[in-house]
Amino acid sequence: MARIIEKRHLTPVTKLFVVEAPLVARNAAPGQFVIVRVSESGERVPISITDFSRQAGTITIVVQVVGKTSGMICAMEEGDEILDFAGPLGRPAPLPEKGHVVLVGGGFGAGAIYPLARELQQRGVRVSAIVGARNKELLILRELLESASDDYHICTDDGSIGHKGFVTERLQDLLSANAGFTHCFAIGPMPMMRALAEATKPSGLTTFVSLDPIMVDGTGMCGSCRVTVDGELKFACVDGPFFDAHKVNFDEAVVRSKMYVDEERLASELATAAR
Amino acid sequence: MPIVYTKKTEMPCGDPAVRRTNWDEVALGYSEERAIAEARRCIQCQEPLCEQGCPVNIPIRDFIRRVAQSDFEGAARIIRSKNILPAICGRVCPVEDQCEELCVVLGKQEPVAIGRLERFVADWERRAGAHEAAKPPKRGAKKVAVIGSGPAGLTVASDLAQLGYSVTIFEALHAIGGVLRYGIPEFRLPKAIVDEDMERLKGRGVEFQANVVVGKTITIDQLMDEMGYEAVFVGTGAGSPKFMGVPGENHKGIYSANEFLTRVNLMRANAFPDYDTPVRRPKRAVIIGAGDTAMDAVRTAIRLGADEAHIVYRRSEQQMTARAEDYSRAKEEGAIFDWLTLPTRFTGDDQGWVTTMECLRMELGEPDDSGRRRPVPISGSEFTMDIDLAVIALGTNPNPLIPQTTRGLEINDHGCVVADSETGRTSREGVFAGGDIVTGAATVILAMGAGRVAATAIHEYLERKAADRKRTPSGDKRRRHRKTAG
Repeated sequence: MARIIEKRHLTPVTKLFVVEAPLVARNAAPGQFVIVRVSESGERVPISITDFSRQAGTITIVVQVVGKTSGMICAMEEGDEILDFAGPLGRPAPLPEKGHVVLVGGGFGAGAIYPLARELQQRGVRVSAIVGARNKELLILRELLESASDDYHICTDDGSIGHKGFVTERLQDLLSANAGFTHCFAIGPMPMMRALAEATKPSGLTTFVSLDPIMVDGTGMCGSCRVTVDGELKFACVDGPFFDAHKVNFDEAVVRSKMYVDEERLASELATAAR
Repeated sequence: MPIVYTKKTEMPCGDPAVRRTNWDEVALGYSEERAIAEARRCIQCQEPLCEQGCPVNIPIRDFIRRVAQSDFEGAARIIRSKNILPAICGRVCPVEDQCEELCVVLGKQEPVAIGRLERFVADWERRAGAHEAAKPPKRGAKKVAVIGSGPAGLTVASDLAQLGYSVTIFEALHAIGGVLRYGIPEFRLPKAIVDEDMERLKGRGVEFQANVVVGKTITIDQLMDEMGYEAVFVGTGAGSPKFMGVPGENHKGIYSANEFLTRVNLMRANAFPDYDTPVRRPKRAVIIGAGDTAMDAVRTAIRLGADEAHIVYRRSEQQMTARAEDYSRAKEEGAIFDWLTLPTRFTGDDQGWVTTMECLRMELGEPDDSGRRRPVPISGSEFTMDIDLAVIALGTNPNPLIPQTTRGLEINDHGCVVADSETGRTSREGVFAGGDIVTGAATVILAMGAGRVAATAIHEYLERKAADRKRTPSGDKRRRHRKTAG
């Protein structure tokens, strides 16, 4: 059990939770995730760690309502206990010791890139951050990420704040302007990461994406999260979540991520009807 | 005067036509009358060979004598002195390769049904509520960490708790029991039985911590250097599924056996949408492999509603590794067996769902390393099967999390932890290991046997360490350690 000690409403559909989980926080590193289950009949879902404090013994997660389980998590309040909270899982992001890193976050990823930014800043690595949201209302954690990056770029689909357009377009602009990036790390929806991989490929910019395929145990036991990287079979839970974006078989990853769309829809509808 | 029976007393089973539609336990167990009749088949050897076949050394002859005398409580006490999980072992032990294989009546007639009797006694005890509420031994000052709550870890923990150690079992999943929980299906091992045995272990003073992934949440180094554990037992199992590496293996609808069984057994996907985890409901399922896990998977596919469920195996019926009992139950339930068949490729539809499995027919050639005749493809024998679900049940590799994160732990070429079979001792001082993480995928009872051995060795190790400490001037002289025979 892990107690929620703080809940923040980032947008109508996106909530931030600070969770008391000292054992998870103890070894947590940027880029890792937790597996969460919120009811006895519930599923196990992976969630990126958005922040952690070893001193306070806390893990921060950001959850956006997309289906039944995320809806249940977002309905939880301060003082509630999360039934199962296991982690930190996955390998830490392979962050460089020097250079100039561009971090790209879309949707919930705009929060999940924060621990990478913080760690890079501590290492003295220059950080540019590009975050994307559909509109101004859905943009999250602006101040937090702004404070941990040397420059910060916002992109929205409707131009209600920042640049109008996709994060990839903004990245292209910066690349064309010879921004001097040495590495790129991206966390966000699969189509965004795929587009990003294509955008950085011509320049050969070293690019890592954080894949979040469907998982069950999250400890390398089931192979549900298998992805093909450079023609090789990898398990995102123990070999990832970060992989060389230019070597990921995105066609396969996208197809596999839709394995249970019908069941997810049904579960969501039943949950809504029950409310 | 013993009556000469030629066969084991039969154990009643559910009707195949009915049981293939539900998840109830298939084998129904002996009545008291049947158990007594079967126990009377035992000739009470002077030197019971059967006991040499038991990895946890149950006094088999003596418990069977009690059953024959209708003293079921006495029988239970005898079994419990050596086996903490008899209701489980009585169901899943491959007795035909262990105790029953050594039964002296074997050859002249069928061996005594030791497994069925063990199960009977354990079930009788549960029903009668006869098991005395174990009073938890005092948790001593010395802390031992057990990693993994499967059969090996449970045995180590139970034995050491009885000896007065403070034992904590760390489990990566949210539920305890390891393979008993995620691997073995309800129709073969009801989870209520697993629950009861776990409660009993808590009563013995064993502490459980679920959701702790050792190697990630904490490392063995931290357990020993920072958290005061004086010894660690690694019983993490053979966790990582093998795939075939054939084209198209990542289509939707293709699972490892671990994933397929975990979704159903641990996450209850068979009860979706009451439970949130889904699983593919097949029409035409293929299970690749022919071991115990493959039998569990094919019977699970049948219960999920498959019209056709095949076992596809590149070797022949004689070479299959599954237990005869599970094989015949799968057959009764309608599983179809395609021997000497090698899958070579999967293809799918435009949504990415698997639709076809391409195969080759095989024939048996010269013996290979395992001594079994090697299957060789017959040229021009290509054919395809229409499928909507495939489960790869070709075994597992050891989970890499602990080997990757533990200093000084020797690992062999197969990724298994190297441990002495007599003691479970590893290359790292204070770290012991046993079960599938050492041997590769094996059985529940062998893991329990390894746990028993390691518990003894851990006790000896800690006693010796304490004695050494007492001899050195810096040691705590006020503490008195009674030396006990290991």
